Amino acid sequence: MRKFLFRISAFVFVISLMIPVLASGDEGVLERVKNRGRLICGVHGSLPGFGFLNESGEWIGFDVDYGRAIAAAVLGDPSKVEFVPLKAPERFPALQTGEIDVLIRNTTWTLTRDTQVGADFAPPTFYDGQGFMLPKELGITSLKELAGASIGVTAGSTTELNLTDTMRALGVDFNPVVFEEIDTLYNSYEQGRCDVVTSDKSQLVARRQVLKDPEAHVILEATISKEPLGPVTVHGDNKWNDVVSWAVYATFFAEEHGITQANINTFETQNPEIQRFLGKTGDIGEKLGLSKDWAHQVVAAVGNYGEIFERNLTPLGLPRGVNKPWTQGGLLYAMPFR
Amino acid sequence: MAESEFTQEIRPPKNTIGVLPWIKENLFSSWYNTLLTVIALGILFFLLKGVFTWAFTEAKWEVIPANLQLFAIGAYPIAEVWRVWIVLYTVCALIGLSGGIWGGLTLRFAVGIGGCGIVCAFLSMGISTLGWAIRAWVLGGVALLAALLFLGTRSVSVFPKIRRWVLVGWLLSFPWTLIMLRGFGKNAVLTTNWGGLLLTLILAAVGICFCFPLGVLLALGRRSTLPVVKWVSTAYIEIVRGVPLITILFMAQIVIPIFMSDNIRLDKVLRAMLGITLFSAAYMAENVRGGLQSIPRGQYEAAQAVGLNYPLTMLFIVLPQALRSVIPAIVGQFIALFKDTSLVTIVGLLDLLGIAKTVIANPDWLGLQAEVYIFVAAIYFVFSYSMSYVSQRIEEALGVGKI
Repeated sequence: MRKFLFRISAFVFVISLMIPVLASGDEGVLERVKNRGRLICGVHGSLPGFGFLNESGEWIGFDVDYGRAIAAAVLGDPSKVEFVPLKAPERFPALQTGEIDVLIRNTTWTLTRDTQVGADFAPPTFYDGQGFMLPKELGITSLKELAGASIGVTAGSTTELNLTDTMRALGVDFNPVVFEEIDTLYNSYEQGRCDVVTSDKSQLVARRQVLKDPEAHVILEATISKEPLGPVTVHGDNKWNDVVSWAVYATFFAEEHGITQANINTFETQNPEIQRFLGKTGDIGEKLGLSKDWAHQVVAAVGNYGEIFERNLTPLGLPRGVNKPWTQGGLLYAMPFR
Repeated sequence: MAESEFTQEIRPPKNTIGVLPWIKENLFSSWYNTLLTVIALGILFFLLKGVFTWAFTEAKWEVIPANLQLFAIGAYPIAEVWRVWIVLYTVCALIGLSGGIWGGLTLRFAVGIGGCGIVCAFLSMGISTLGWAIRAWVLGGVALLAALLFLGTRSVSVFPKIRRWVLVGWLLSFPWTLIMLRGFGKNAVLTTNWGGLLLTLILAAVGICFCFPLGVLLALGRRSTLPVVKWVSTAYIEIVRGVPLITILFMAQIVIPIFMSDNIRLDKVLRAMLGITLFSAAYMAENVRGGLQSIPRGQYEAAQAVGLNYPLTMLFIVLPQALRSVIPAIVGQFIALFKDTSLVTIVGLLDLLGIAKTVIANPDWLGLQAEVYIFVAAIYFVFSYSMSYVSQRIEEALGVGKI
């Protein structure tokens, strides 16, 4: 009896270890997502405005909303998405090995990443760039005046490389002060251990808000790098990349034409392109391998680009900047829906 | 009459007991000790003044109660939180039963846990987010523990086999916990949603429970006379000990999926569990080996003389003595493992420390890292110190270190 009991418990134990082993076939990502009935989206677990957990354990953020938008487009339900927080070194392996279907984690589109690390990029959802923040009282307005300054930067990122390259090109001598953690960087800046801090402007703006006296710090006009951030799919799955790209374009298109989460169900128009967009005529959904009303689902789930931006990034004090529709002088340009 | 001659009234020695004499004896016994005391007090005053001013006037502690749910269970959906309670109740029931049946230290442990539960239920009065429902759940758990404790004390005489059943219960509580937390079908809670203290405790419990037997086997293997067993064990121990835990975790998260075929996907949490267990087992093996080496040869020979074979010798003669002598090292290893679970943050799991990072990324709580990290450190301390305390009591009960 005793032996039997122990055998049974050992057996149950081994079986319980196998529970988390999931199976997936050899199909494309779109089929994989549809069969699973759930999108798996890699995000940044702790980036203000882009991806974090709120007090009741829900994922919130700009990148998170794009994950929901893709889930809405493919599965018709923005809640059918599993967010996997990823650290920078593991994001591309996770994409290549199929652990995640799409990576929306503040990832800059570069040539090397596009060609060497097995990634394909969808249109950027956020155009960022590296900038500088320093105390207003220094009265500095251009990079050339930074000679001899100690500049705080986080280690191992392209930020550090951009800083060195730019300063060398300008012929300005400076002391780099390298920090491992973002929090330490801003704490040290506030305590005066470095004169200037450099990072992506979106981060500078967000962090300036929580300094003791935000008004005492300025962000320089100069932008020394281009950081187009957007969703990433695995290299070579064009069908899936199309779906992700057009889900992004759908949010751009909706803003260009004033379609919002609130008015999408009652939106009346004679414009044939908008009618195609809303799935009332044509077969754009079928061409993508999606349902007829996929774009309708996207906008109903998360709203248009402007709404996503205002919900997540405006509270951080981020200005729209170049992240405006091309019709208003920005860089957001939806390809034609036909 | 002769009595008065011998009875000499001896006055008690002056000023050796009490607070003031203690202070004089230890702090102001000579001029240089007085000087040192004054300087130390001055430094202490300025340090503590800074700490207290910050803690009571500047720090924004409201970030802690507002995010208690996150710290406790991470992204675990609130609608499914009953699963966590059921697991807690299972553990409470087992602790209660064990305390009742075995008595002694187990009983004290069970009473201690119950006491903690009651304190928690009433301590949280000031925190609004801990609603009455949670308090009721906690008190219910304590009641269950007490009831089963009582039942346990009564049942031993009536039904002696109960000890065996409780042991089986503990063994089964592992798969039960994992199945219960994850669930099946539509309402399954994916492990990516496990987080906070829940994930930390699961990782630590799995690591502790599995690294111990594995470590004992490796230690025996390393001392084995069979060459292959010996080489394999030695190679395993030395290779794993020569690599940092972070490297093993990265291997598990990044390299293993590349090797595996496309249609098998090992769970991320499971991979972290494997990494932590395999890593700790190597250290555990060396601790146990230290104990094994302290057993005199005579013990083995005596065991052989009475006709015990190798497994019986080890199980009944050598290991009980060997393990007893290395309890401090083993518990030290467990505490280290508990704290090492925080490294899974680096591979993107949201354990207690990972949750701390996501809390300070919330725009509402930006810049409050000091408060959040202090809170998390306090939790780690409470658990680590409890383990250390329990191990001291176990040592006392077993008479370790007594000459």
